[in-house]
Amino acid sequence: MERGERESETPRNALSSCSAPMDFQVVVLAGGASKKLIPLISKEVPKALLPVANRPVLSYVLELLEQSNLKDLIVVVEGQDAAVRVGGWISGAYVDRLHVEVAAVPEDVGTAGALRAIARHLTAKDIMVVNGDLVSDVPPGAVAAAHRRHDAAVTAMLCSAPVSGPSESGSSGGKDKTKKPGRYNIIGLDPTKQFLLYIATGAELEKDIRIQKSILRAVGQMEIRADLMDAHLYAFKRSVLQEVLDQKDTFQSLKQDVLPYLVRSQLKSEVLLNGAPQAEENGNEKVNFQKNQVMVSRILANASTPSFHEFSGLGTNGSAPRTHKCCVYIASNRKYCARLNSIQAFSDINRDVTGEASHLSGYSFSAQNNNIHPSAELGSKTTVGPHCMLGEGSQMGDKCSVKRSVIGRHCRIGSNVKVANSVIMNHVTIGDGCSIQGSVICSNVQLQERVVLKDCQVGAGFVVTAGSECKGEALAKKEK
Amino acid sequence: MEPRRAPRTVIDPKVRQVGFFAPGAPPERAVSGPPAPIASSSSSSPPVSDLSPSLSPVMIPPPRHSSADNALLPSSSSSRPVPASPLRQDSLTPASGRRYSKPSEFFPAMSLTASSSYAGRMVGNAEFSDDLRGNMVTVVPAASSFPSGGFDLTAVKASSVPASGLTTVSVVKMMPPVYDPETIVEKVGGSVEVQNDRPESSKPLKEKTSKAERRALQEAQRAAKAAAKAEGSKVPASSGAVMGANAKPTKATKSHSQKNDSATVAGSEKRGGDRLSEKDRKKDAPHPRMQYDDKIRVEKAKRRAVVKQTEARNRVELFRHLPQYEHGTQLPDLESKFFQLDPVHPAVYKVGLQYLSGSISGGNARCIAMLEAFREAIKDYSTPSEKTLSRDLTAKINSYVSFLIECRPLSISMGNAIRFLKSRIAKVPLTLSESEAKALLQSDIEHFINEKIILADNVIVNHAVTKIKDGDVLLTYGSSSAVEMILLHAHELGKQFRVVVVDSRPKLEGKLLLRRLVGKGLSCTYTNINAISYIMREVTQVFLGASSVLSNGTVYSRVGTACVAMVAHEFRVPVLVCCEAYKFHERVLLDSICSNELGDPDVISEVPGRDDINYLDGLTNSENLQLLNLIYDATPSDYVSMIVTDYGMVPPTSVPVIVREYRREHVWV
Repeated sequence: MERGERESETPRNALSSCSAPMDFQVVVLAGGASKKLIPLISKEVPKALLPVANRPVLSYVLELLEQSNLKDLIVVVEGQDAAVRVGGWISGAYVDRLHVEVAAVPEDVGTAGALRAIARHLTAKDIMVVNGDLVSDVPPGAVAAAHRRHDAAVTAMLCSAPVSGPSESGSSGGKDKTKKPGRYNIIGLDPTKQFLLYIATGAELEKDIRIQKSILRAVGQMEIRADLMDAHLYAFKRSVLQEVLDQKDTFQSLKQDVLPYLVRSQLKSEVLLNGAPQAEENGNEKVNFQKNQVMVSRILANASTPSFHEFSGLGTNGSAPRTHKCCVYIASNRKYCARLNSIQAFSDINRDVTGEASHLSGYSFSAQNNNIHPSAELGSKTTVGPHCMLGEGSQMGDKCSVKRSVIGRHCRIGSNVKVANSVIMNHVTIGDGCSIQGSVICSNVQLQERVVLKDCQVGAGFVVTAGSECKGEALAKKEK
Repeated sequence: MEPRRAPRTVIDPKVRQVGFFAPGAPPERAVSGPPAPIASSSSSSPPVSDLSPSLSPVMIPPPRHSSADNALLPSSSSSRPVPASPLRQDSLTPASGRRYSKPSEFFPAMSLTASSSYAGRMVGNAEFSDDLRGNMVTVVPAASSFPSGGFDLTAVKASSVPASGLTTVSVVKMMPPVYDPETIVEKVGGSVEVQNDRPESSKPLKEKTSKAERRALQEAQRAAKAAAKAEGSKVPASSGAVMGANAKPTKATKSHSQKNDSATVAGSEKRGGDRLSEKDRKKDAPHPRMQYDDKIRVEKAKRRAVVKQTEARNRVELFRHLPQYEHGTQLPDLESKFFQLDPVHPAVYKVGLQYLSGSISGGNARCIAMLEAFREAIKDYSTPSEKTLSRDLTAKINSYVSFLIECRPLSISMGNAIRFLKSRIAKVPLTLSESEAKALLQSDIEHFINEKIILADNVIVNHAVTKIKDGDVLLTYGSSSAVEMILLHAHELGKQFRVVVVDSRPKLEGKLLLRRLVGKGLSCTYTNINAISYIMREVTQVFLGASSVLSNGTVYSRVGTACVAMVAHEFRVPVLVCCEAYKFHERVLLDSICSNELGDPDVISEVPGRDDINYLDGLTNSENLQLLNLIYDATPSDYVSMIVTDYGMVPPTSVPVIVREYRREHVWV
């Protein structure tokens, strides 16, 4: 397993292993290629660097963590090239702010494999694993605190799934198409909504749901919800995580293998919990000491409100089976939480970040609710509507209109161009009289005159010939 | 308020009737008993009728010492009923106007109207002054609003401030009533009053008032003034309060009261055991507990606070001095700041979260959890350069403690443990290296847990088990770790007994205890506290846990304990309180108002899982509704037969001895 690890150029290299706040270590899984995003990402632009409101999506996670005072991060990237690019970007953007170590893992090892690869760097008591495509303002500390409070083996953050996807924009023709049914999870919770009893991803939804009787019997009542989404922000107990990764070497994905496994086995735990410290005291006092220790733990256990885990142990005869807890933290509805894992999500997030969740973008919006870089040039009679963003050095000709769109840096846009509900990345040239609706146009694309695009994705460097009209297509250069 | 004070009267048990009336008790109440003298004296009858309904909801009806009155009346009131009131009036009315402006003189005047023994005792009991003041302030508004000019005696008393002072009379521990024909006794509103008809008796009193007392009185007066301005219409309430207060002096009827000096002597003789010397009293400055009705200090504390607390909107007026926060908001806020709280050690943080979410409760468990967290913190501690361990670590511990207080107010046991730890830190020899010092402190903490809690529990179990006989029916309330151990141990010894677990909403901790007991094969009965008077008939002993035992013998425990103890006392069932000595505290508590904790009001207004009876939905924010969820109450020592502690089984009056002798010598030094 090849690992390319490099320290970012911070002056604090010497401190690399110490100072994990609250004994938490953070791993950011910045991923690599995702098939769902295929025309958008390329060798040059790995998924982590896809721009969301003209900032790489990874920056949202990093800044969220930075706000929470988590400044020692391990970023895991699939693929050497991507790792170099991501690492280069981080070291440029976060020098002196974060202490980031970038690790490259081979492609297609999955999230579990990625963690396996960096396992020996994990030392803290608990590990927080965040997916790099998360755009959210839910404080990760809340997840960590819930994890600690319950002394859980794993805590997952759930957020309410975007129920009907994008709703407010009228032209959502392509959205129905890209939206895959059953993308969300089926999640079983206990009545207090603190413990995770069942989790299945949407793909498994076709089959019948199988719920273990033992869990159901122990809890008595299970709430099954389909309106929650796994945000891919987990807190793991390190010992549990490492043991699972070691023992089950077929596990590929955290979400599809590790988490369901832990949830399944929570009442007959096979993982060793390092909860009870082995008392290695001097021999003669040992018996007495341990007796006291037993009493202490009994007093504590009796005084704390028991979860169903304890009850399931009590029900059987004397020897309680070992249990571990799988907790959830459900983010409140007011918080924004989305994952960039599809083209649809990409345009949704771009729209939200410039619109309702504009505090996430870190830009200040003008009174018209838009953000136009001072160096951008607008022609006469050109209007830029609310919830729009115009990047540095972009030029627009006369009589253009931009609505609810993001336009990147150094774009050259001709006259009489209409852009609505679209994302246009950097260095795009758009000829006169084009009309772009609901589309994503990657960097260095050239649109010649009078191109009409509706719900299209145009890959990087593509040239759309003059006068062509496309609807719902993915246009990209053929990979050689 | 009244009932807290009432039981403090040490009177002949045969005479005392407090709060509850057993089926066999004399049915007539003080109110109904003495109407004749009232009519004869002059006209204070209207207050009489107002007496019982006027009590505010938090008060349990004040004790009416019916049998005492009855015993007293025939002799005393008939002897000189009529001359009493004119005499009083004459002596009082001129004084009252002047007194109003001079706080220092108000005290003697009060003693004039009430019982001279009160003042004498008050001097003797200066430890009480703290709590006393609390009482006065709370009582005053009601008393001062008494309508002036209706009745000869009550009117005078009520319109002049001394009446407000009068209410505090009942705080004092009274003498056993010795009925003296010479004492002039007057009947007012269903109570008998002692009149001291020697004006000069006030002089020695005045000299005796200590600084603290004078200040207390001043404050009371000030509050009375403010209250008088504010309210002027609550006649029934005020009269009730006055009456309730007046009910107290009845007990003071005794020959000694003619001379204050003798009263003082008698008082000090009576309760010399738990009285601190003058010097100690000075050392015992007013408790630094924050009064949450002090706006400025609350503001300051808020700025320092780690945990964001929003104050509850409908705060219960009587408990304004306690923190009353909106529940349910702190936890998410604290959670979201998980990583920002640099100075808090993860272990301490975890414990704080558990306090806040209520997943750890119970005095012992909270104390152990806190100490273990501190041990972890000390383990990971390293002294910064150019600082000394003892100072820096003390500061660290202080910051942890204030964090924990923000999560939930400390229990007294935790306070004691913290004091212990700090004294240990302070005494770490400077010659020790850092690692040695840390090891020493960690083992100190371990020893505290093992000796003061675990071992103490074992000793308590061994003591208490001797009291359990075959065929006993033992009642316990809530879930106490010590009591549970006793029951389990007795069961292991093969004793045949039955357990009644009494429980109460909203915590229903008893269910967990019940589950464990039944699991171990004990035969149990489970009931709610509503049925206590029914179930008490068959009970032979009551075992109770305690959060703390205070040096006047008051047992501070889960709310409802006082009720259980009172009922048990009424049924002549012995009440054994099991409490480790580390939970003892030298503070004196007379009621459960001055020091208490308020829980989440929502849990009493809502019944989980019963949507059909959640009638209060939407009303909880109403201005007119105040929900009071008290956590603790104070059981007067009179209802406690025995305190089982690690130093043996002692009567409640011996608690100060243990506090003084063992605490100071073995733990702190």
